[in-house]
Amino acid sequence: MDGRSATIVALEGVRKSFGAVRALAGVDLEVRAGECLGLVGHNGAGKSTLMQVLAGTLAADEGRLVVAGDDITASAGVAAARSHGVVCVFQELSLCPNLTVAENARVMHRAFRGFGWRKRAGAAMVAMLDDIFPGHGIDPADVVADLSIARRQMVEIARAFLVTDQPLRLVILDEPTSSLDQIVAEQLMGFVRRFVARGGSVILISHLLGEILSTCDRVVVMKDGRVVETRPARDFTRESLVAAMGSVVAHEEGRSVAATARQAGETVVEARPPRQADGRSLSARRGEIVGLAGLAGHGQTDLLVRINAAAQGREPHARVAGAVAFVAGDRQSDGVFPLWSIAENITIRSLGRLRRFGLIDPAAEARMAEEWRQRIAIRTPDMGNGILSLSGGNQQKALFARALASEADIVLMDDPMRGVDVGTKQEVYGMVRAEAARGRTFLWYTTEFDELLHCDRVYVFRAGVIVAELAADEITEERVLQSSFAEEAA
Amino acid sequence: MSAFVPSPRLVRAALPALSLAALLVAIWFVQPRAISYFGFNLMLNLAMPIAFATIAQLCVITVNDLDLSIGAFVSFVACVGATWLNETPLLGAVVLLGAVAVYALIGALIHLRNLPSIVVTLGMSFFWLGCSVLLLPSPGGSVPAWLAALVKFRTPFVPFAILVSAALALIVHVGLMRSAWGAILRGAGGNPAAVARAGWSLLRTKVTMFALAGVFGVLSGLSLVGLTTSADANIAIRYTLLSIAGVILGGGEFVGGRVSPVGAVLGAMTLTLAGSLLSFLRISPDWQIGAQGAILIVVLALRALVNRLERRR
Amino acid sequence: MQQGAFSRLADWSSRRPWLWSFVGAGVIFLATIAFTSGKGGADVLAAALTFASFYVIVGIGQMFVITTGPGNVDLSIPANIALAGAVAMKVMDGSNVMILPGLAAVAGVGLAIGCFNFALIRILSIPPIIATLSASFLVQSTAIAYGRGLRIKPPPLFAELATGRLLGVPILAIMALVVAAVMAVVLRRTVYGRSVLAIGQNARAAGLAGIRVERVRFATYVLSAVFASLCGALLAGFSGGASLNMGEEFLLASIAVVVIGGTSVAGGFSNVPGIWGASLFLYLLVTMLNTFGVGAGVRLILTGLIIIAVIALSGGRRAGRG
Repeated sequence: MDGRSATIVALEGVRKSFGAVRALAGVDLEVRAGECLGLVGHNGAGKSTLMQVLAGTLAADEGRLVVAGDDITASAGVAAARSHGVVCVFQELSLCPNLTVAENARVMHRAFRGFGWRKRAGAAMVAMLDDIFPGHGIDPADVVADLSIARRQMVEIARAFLVTDQPLRLVILDEPTSSLDQIVAEQLMGFVRRFVARGGSVILISHLLGEILSTCDRVVVMKDGRVVETRPARDFTRESLVAAMGSVVAHEEGRSVAATARQAGETVVEARPPRQADGRSLSARRGEIVGLAGLAGHGQTDLLVRINAAAQGREPHARVAGAVAFVAGDRQSDGVFPLWSIAENITIRSLGRLRRFGLIDPAAEARMAEEWRQRIAIRTPDMGNGILSLSGGNQQKALFARALASEADIVLMDDPMRGVDVGTKQEVYGMVRAEAARGRTFLWYTTEFDELLHCDRVYVFRAGVIVAELAADEITEERVLQSSFAEEAA
Repeated sequence: MSAFVPSPRLVRAALPALSLAALLVAIWFVQPRAISYFGFNLMLNLAMPIAFATIAQLCVITVNDLDLSIGAFVSFVACVGATWLNETPLLGAVVLLGAVAVYALIGALIHLRNLPSIVVTLGMSFFWLGCSVLLLPSPGGSVPAWLAALVKFRTPFVPFAILVSAALALIVHVGLMRSAWGAILRGAGGNPAAVARAGWSLLRTKVTMFALAGVFGVLSGLSLVGLTTSADANIAIRYTLLSIAGVILGGGEFVGGRVSPVGAVLGAMTLTLAGSLLSFLRISPDWQIGAQGAILIVVLALRALVNRLERRR
Repeated sequence: MQQGAFSRLADWSSRRPWLWSFVGAGVIFLATIAFTSGKGGADVLAAALTFASFYVIVGIGQMFVITTGPGNVDLSIPANIALAGAVAMKVMDGSNVMILPGLAAVAGVGLAIGCFNFALIRILSIPPIIATLSASFLVQSTAIAYGRGLRIKPPPLFAELATGRLLGVPILAIMALVVAAVMAVVLRRTVYGRSVLAIGQNARAAGLAGIRVERVRFATYVLSAVFASLCGALLAGFSGGASLNMGEEFLLASIAVVVIGGTSVAGGFSNVPGIWGASLFLYLLVTMLNTFGVGAGVRLILTGLIIIAVIALSGGRRAGRG
């Protein structure tokens, strides 16, 4: 594309924060008619947030959103985006599992109604599926719940490209090939090229850099909530793209000196992802800090949950020697008990040891809470206050205190630093190192590269399996990125 | 993925028909004479009101709620039918319309305040029971002649109850399973967030389904009182449990908008006939309720088995 | 400073959700007494304590079940009460020496029903509402078949236990108070109680925090069933024999006292004192309406509407289908 075609979407100075965390720090983005724009970036770069703003599911704090010449900043929402021809295929499926393929088309396209709607919707879906995925083997009368994940993804994509009573200008595909095999993925990329050639526009987000480079006209690289590079795809190579995603500033973080001295302990955790076909497995020794890296959602959390379950003796994929504690990253769904005080949230993992004559001793409970308030510096006047009275970072500290106060020998950390301020992070890093020196084992899944530098060893995950194991001196951002982004579909 | 193994979905869909067929074979085995026009007329006497109540319950279950007041509501309608509808037909009709509106209102309340439906409908069951007691303190009343004549209508060859049930199944199937609006209503049970994101009002779907439940509840009560010709406040209390059992027997799930109107009507007939079989077997009526519970558990166990096999593949 | 005092007051009352049920009970009691110009106040109170005791015993079990989270509820209580009452009368057979074996048999009934409920929930993955409902069908039939024509009077000592008074206070009420006190401690000060509260707030987080979620739920369903069985035995002792429909009113009542007592139907937030307040409230409400000469119909309508009003006002913030 050479800039002569009309601009379909223009974002100007878009900012978005979640609490103290800045997800988008002033993004300008332009999509032209008849181009495929690739969007890449590491975890937390702001890709998904940006696309949600564009699709109308999130409102920006600041900035302008112009679609097809209309400024829709004020009326931004799903309806406005749809009526201006912007459709997004989200990573999590938005089909109704109890409905058929044709009925799901009806839910999104109001034009399918009146006599014979089912036939028309089915025919339109089959035609679209035939166009994108020849030989798809999907019947419009199939109930979505009975389809494989790959076929559901195909239905979702086909439904988005269907044109009925509203125009279609831009389709956003967020990791569309994550559950498709290589042949089907190539079919989709071929269709994207044809769609673009007809004058439509596509934004493609993918962790498969080969896919991005071969399909897109331009590539936008995001980092830390900003666009850091915009160039025609032909000017990038896989290496230069990985380099562009990496840090602009050098890491000043020093390596932990004790790393090599801690290798001697016995193995306390042994675990293998269920989908791992080769012999690789994850192991951790006493006193080790082991990192789990890779793009978010590629099986790291799942393996930690399995290791946690193994401690309760019901998990074939993992073995642990010793008590296990879990530090949640998704505080709301995995960690916090919202109706309880800070103290109760901390002591829940240690109640067995706080009993006197069989009953929980309130004095001992208060002592434990107070001890950890000081040790981990939870900023509150009273540990009896509700946990939700704390800021996100302090809630996270309370969850750390829950694990560290327990008798657990092994601590599992599920990317717990998401949305935590820098000061808190530094305090926690120090505690993790000190506790490891005392013989505790840490399994640390993190999406932030800097945190991997605290680890003695790192396993990189991709598509649910371990694809690389890096020793302490091999942990560089480039190595991690290289392993996280596959050349071809796995 | 062998072509010779029927898909779990097919097995699930066939279960209600299979259980009904098994029951009919059992009845034929024990009491061959029951398999006749006259026999069916007798055995399926109460199938009509139970089928209506089951469909009412199905409407509520479609949107992931549960109605524990349907039995009391059907009783209330029966009481209205045996009193006001006979004495002052206009007032009776207005009251019944108002009752449907109350149902719609309850749906709105449950959605807007995000309330647990079982507590709200349990409270409503007391409300309806109280209304019935006020209306008809002791069993009695009499129904309009037209109503009694209508429900006791004798059709040639096939008993009226079977025809009505078949028509009911067909109409609801077309409305809920085949129509464009039905897809939205069921979608609201399957993935409410996606349906809302596509621009549909969840409040409207919930109110619609509760109002429909009210309409079918009214039909249930009227057909019941037409058959019995008099009413009392507790006449249909059992219907709450029967209707839930019927929906489940018919292949419905409690969450996720997976329901089958045809299956539910078959389920209602199965439960009605189960009583006859037990009496043919000279099993004491004491075990009638227990047998219904056992049937429910067996069907749910079978379904759990099918689901587990499906997951293993 | 003003604002501080106000927020402290709000805080104080929000930490005592049981307060309102007692306030309600008190207001209704006073209204009743005012209507009769103070006559019979002591009798009303004694009767209220007695009848509330039955609600309390059943309500505490139901409260623990509801506390374990949305969707958890025990609907087998009425059938359970009917069966337990019949078993108690038959085993005791009117003889004082058989009281303890009778109570043991009743506890066995509760244990069996609780295990059966949970087996349906866990092994067949049936939602608790339907699991306990279908179990109750079976239990009800068993009770009908077992208790048909049963006309055995309770042993004199047992009847005395259920109807007698100690220093003017019904013995039953004293027992229910003790049970409530014990269960309040269980809820707040034992690992089991804390686990119940944690599971009700967030079952996934509870599992990740090392709580054996399924074991706790199992214990809770058994607890509820055993309490209902014991209530059935006491009810039979109180009314001079078991009857098949004596459990009926406890389906709604058990849920109503939990809701009115300030327990969240969404789970994870409950208190034992509220069960007492709500039980007194419910009984006194009936007494008051009787005193005013209001019929059964209005009483039922008001009961239903009050429950809906309480749940609508307290809100189902996090409630799913429950």
